[in-house]
Amino acid sequence: MGDSPDSAAITVEGLWKIFGSGAQKVLAGDDRNLDPVALREKTGCTAAVRDVSFEVRPGEVFVVMGLSGSGKSTLVRCLTRLIEPSAGEVRIDGEDVRAASPARLREIRRHQVSMVFQHFGLLPHRKVIDNVAYGLEIQGVPRQERHARAAEILSLVGLDGYAGSFPDQLSGGMQQRVGLARALAVDPQVMLFDEPFSALDPLIRRDMQAEVIRLHREVGKTMVFITHDLSEALKLGERIAIMRAGAIVQLGTAEELVGAPADDYVADFVRDVPRSHVLTLRWICRAPEPGDPLDGPELPAATPVKDAVAVASASSLPIKVVADGELAGVVDRDDLLAFLAGQDPHSVRANA
Amino acid sequence: MSSTTVSASSGFRLPRWAIPAGATIGFVAAYVIFRGTATLPHDDEAPQFLAVTDLREWIDDHRNDNPFFLYFLNYIRLGVGALHTLFQTVLYALGWPGITGVMGALAWLAGGWRTGLLALAGVSAFGVLGLWQSSVDTLALVGVAVLLSLVIGIPVGVWAGLSARVRRTVTPVLDVMQIMPTFAYLAPLALFFHIGAPAGAIATMIYAIPPAIRITALAVAQVSPTAVEASTSLGATRWQTLFKVHLPLARSTMALAVNQTIMMALSMVVIANLISAPGLGGDIIRGLSRAQVGIMLPAGVAIVVMAVVLDRMTLATARKDPRARTRRTDLAVAGALAAAGLALIPVLPAVWPENVTIDVVAPVNDAVRWAEENWYAVTTGIKDVTTYALLNPLESLLTSAPWWLVALAALILAWRVSGVRAALTALACLLAIALLGVWEHTMQTLTTVTVAVLVTLVIGLLLGVAAARAPRFSAIQRPLLDAAQTMPAFVYLLPALALFGTTRFTAIFASVIYAVPPVVRLVEDGIKGVPPTVVEAAVAAGSTPGQLLWKVQLPMARRAILLAANQGIVMTLAMVVIGGLVGAGALGYDVVSGFSQRTDFGMGFVAGVATVLLGVMLDRITQGADRRTSPRKRKMS
Repeated sequence: MGDSPDSAAITVEGLWKIFGSGAQKVLAGDDRNLDPVALREKTGCTAAVRDVSFEVRPGEVFVVMGLSGSGKSTLVRCLTRLIEPSAGEVRIDGEDVRAASPARLREIRRHQVSMVFQHFGLLPHRKVIDNVAYGLEIQGVPRQERHARAAEILSLVGLDGYAGSFPDQLSGGMQQRVGLARALAVDPQVMLFDEPFSALDPLIRRDMQAEVIRLHREVGKTMVFITHDLSEALKLGERIAIMRAGAIVQLGTAEELVGAPADDYVADFVRDVPRSHVLTLRWICRAPEPGDPLDGPELPAATPVKDAVAVASASSLPIKVVADGELAGVVDRDDLLAFLAGQDPHSVRANA
Repeated sequence: MSSTTVSASSGFRLPRWAIPAGATIGFVAAYVIFRGTATLPHDDEAPQFLAVTDLREWIDDHRNDNPFFLYFLNYIRLGVGALHTLFQTVLYALGWPGITGVMGALAWLAGGWRTGLLALAGVSAFGVLGLWQSSVDTLALVGVAVLLSLVIGIPVGVWAGLSARVRRTVTPVLDVMQIMPTFAYLAPLALFFHIGAPAGAIATMIYAIPPAIRITALAVAQVSPTAVEASTSLGATRWQTLFKVHLPLARSTMALAVNQTIMMALSMVVIANLISAPGLGGDIIRGLSRAQVGIMLPAGVAIVVMAVVLDRMTLATARKDPRARTRRTDLAVAGALAAAGLALIPVLPAVWPENVTIDVVAPVNDAVRWAEENWYAVTTGIKDVTTYALLNPLESLLTSAPWWLVALAALILAWRVSGVRAALTALACLLAIALLGVWEHTMQTLTTVTVAVLVTLVIGLLLGVAAARAPRFSAIQRPLLDAAQTMPAFVYLLPALALFGTTRFTAIFASVIYAVPPVVRLVEDGIKGVPPTVVEAAVAAGSTPGQLLWKVQLPMARRAILLAANQGIVMTLAMVVIGGLVGAGALGYDVVSGFSQRTDFGMGFVAGVATVLLGVMLDRITQGADRRTSPRKRKMS
């Protein structure tokens, strides 16, 4: 999106993954355009990822969202070739991952990209500290050094004092903190999260989401986050890709998805999202009409609509919406009420 | 017990290897200083042996006037004897046409045309091999033993399945029964039941009953508690629930119990020949004691054929869908087969005609001689390397060390590996062995077992790991392992004897090929049982295949590997004792000569007891290691 390919942390282009013995034949022919059910009936192959392209900017939290079976977990595994893609291009930090030798691929996995798993994938026979240090251990880091680093990371994720425990002595949330610490310990550029919190209780999940947001602020890693939970996606994602049947149906910010769903599928998804929490004033402001007084309160364009309500009730004057120091438009009480009542903001915008 | 070790390693900050290294140095020093003192050399005329021999003489003299024998043991003997006679009479009356027809019909009903044809061919093979008479005797003996095992084992198993308390009582008894080497039953049985077919049937029954009880109990205990609860909530009595819910739902697993019982009986029935039970065992033991593979081979083949036929028949029954009705054509064919067999009884001779047999004794002996001469360099090479590099040093170490030093070493080892209880059991077993006067022979047997177990584990681990990592290799190996596991233990002595003659190494070779299949299987399953999520996480972190194996898969398969070691030890011990027949010497030889020579009975008896003690000791040490999942107390999910 505006960035050149070289500055992107991850570039994916035309990525395909078809399971089954005749995968290459399907890719070569017209069958690739069949929908997954028909393809399965005709060839016995399953298309898990279909012609997916996107770019992840450095330091961005990129969320891939979809229901189970939509291919999102396969997609994230294709990035480091835990699952071998059938076709397409994956570049991490400019390097072509698909052309990497097994040894080079291991180097990428060891130093550049680490992953957090849904079912944690901890080693039950090792203490927490040795789990966290595993990535460093296989790189050949000496014991003392890797333990020091692991202890540092453990306190970063709030697990001080648990270094000597075994994973099965911890709660699910704490186990996933260990998984998180293990991924962080190798100081990767990119972290991949495969539905990391879906096995956790809702309250724990909320804590862990906050933890990821905090960590992202502190360590500033590029993150690719897979989830089937829309509220999680909206909370974490700077940009969100919605997948369905192996393909991306829409890619955009939370605001774009909620405000302008690309199709009925996405619209259905975002229907229950409280729009006033997601959409910002930028989305509903309009050009000032003649006679609109322009001496009312000022709010930045990125303010969520719900936060404008208190301001609007304190002043009867239209709110001035300001972006980059310039007036982007105005919003008055009527506009806010119409929006909150569920009327289409586009009709409001159309006037602009 | 672990608190001491934990505080020692974390409190003083000693390096991890310091304690074991220190202990090793201590033992080496003690060995150098005390070497040759307090050894317990073997004495054929030890007072313990003579006392047992005298006891036997006394029992034989009073067999018919002591009330315990007169009114109890002799009746059991008579009852089992009568049952055996009945089986034998029926089978003899059927003659070969009748037996062939009826077996074919039963097999056809159980598993369709494949199993039917297999049974027909198998039964005919007994005749073609010239072993009709012995095979029928074996069949009769197996029949009696299996019938008795099931009559006793299934009710006990059902009870154990229903009541946890009964299960807790029965399980340790079964554990000991299963680790007891087959030989060990024979001497006491001969003491109480004399020798002959009834004593053989009882020995076989004792050996075959544990799986009948264990698997039945498992089958009943596995029945869905919801179904039982539903039945109870409808007001069913306990008997109604048992017969209408438990037993029908446990049916197919219980058929496996029957299958295992038959397999166990078949491998024991051969050994029972040592106390003069009739059957194929006679040929095998004759061949073993004369080191003539030609005599053994046909009998071995006949036993394997019998095992395969009975195995397929019972497995087919176990796997059958209980709701499927027998097809009419199958019924018709089976009826026709049985009728044809029965109708031919008066027409054809009851005994297999001599002129349709093939004599393989001479050609097989020639082939073995050829192999001996031509592969001499290879076989002797393997044998000598093992003997001089492993067997001799270890044996001289164990026999020249003071007995108390060996006992101390065993105590500490067992303590470290399996905790205080296993350590005390191991110590008690060793002390009892010392008191019984068979210390030196036990140490020799221990040497053989240790070497065989080491070799077994190395091969088993290599094959198991290979199979777990290469599905194609596993696909080739699996059927071979399956086949190997249906074969009675004795059969493994055949190739060993053919290749290595009568030496200590023969028993080692036989026990390695006997024990490797289950070890491979356990290791493979253990490694494949490592959760894929963990493997994926390790790969995603950039592990090389070697790192994945050493740091993830093997440590996580630890329980399976320890279980494999345990199984390997128990199986190896059983085989090493049998190996006494083919030159393994030590305890096994003592046991065998106890049967063949009246004056050595005491020594054989005591050696049998020592074998059991050795088995219990080794089993406790390794089993404890399996149960203890890590240095700390915690549960593995």
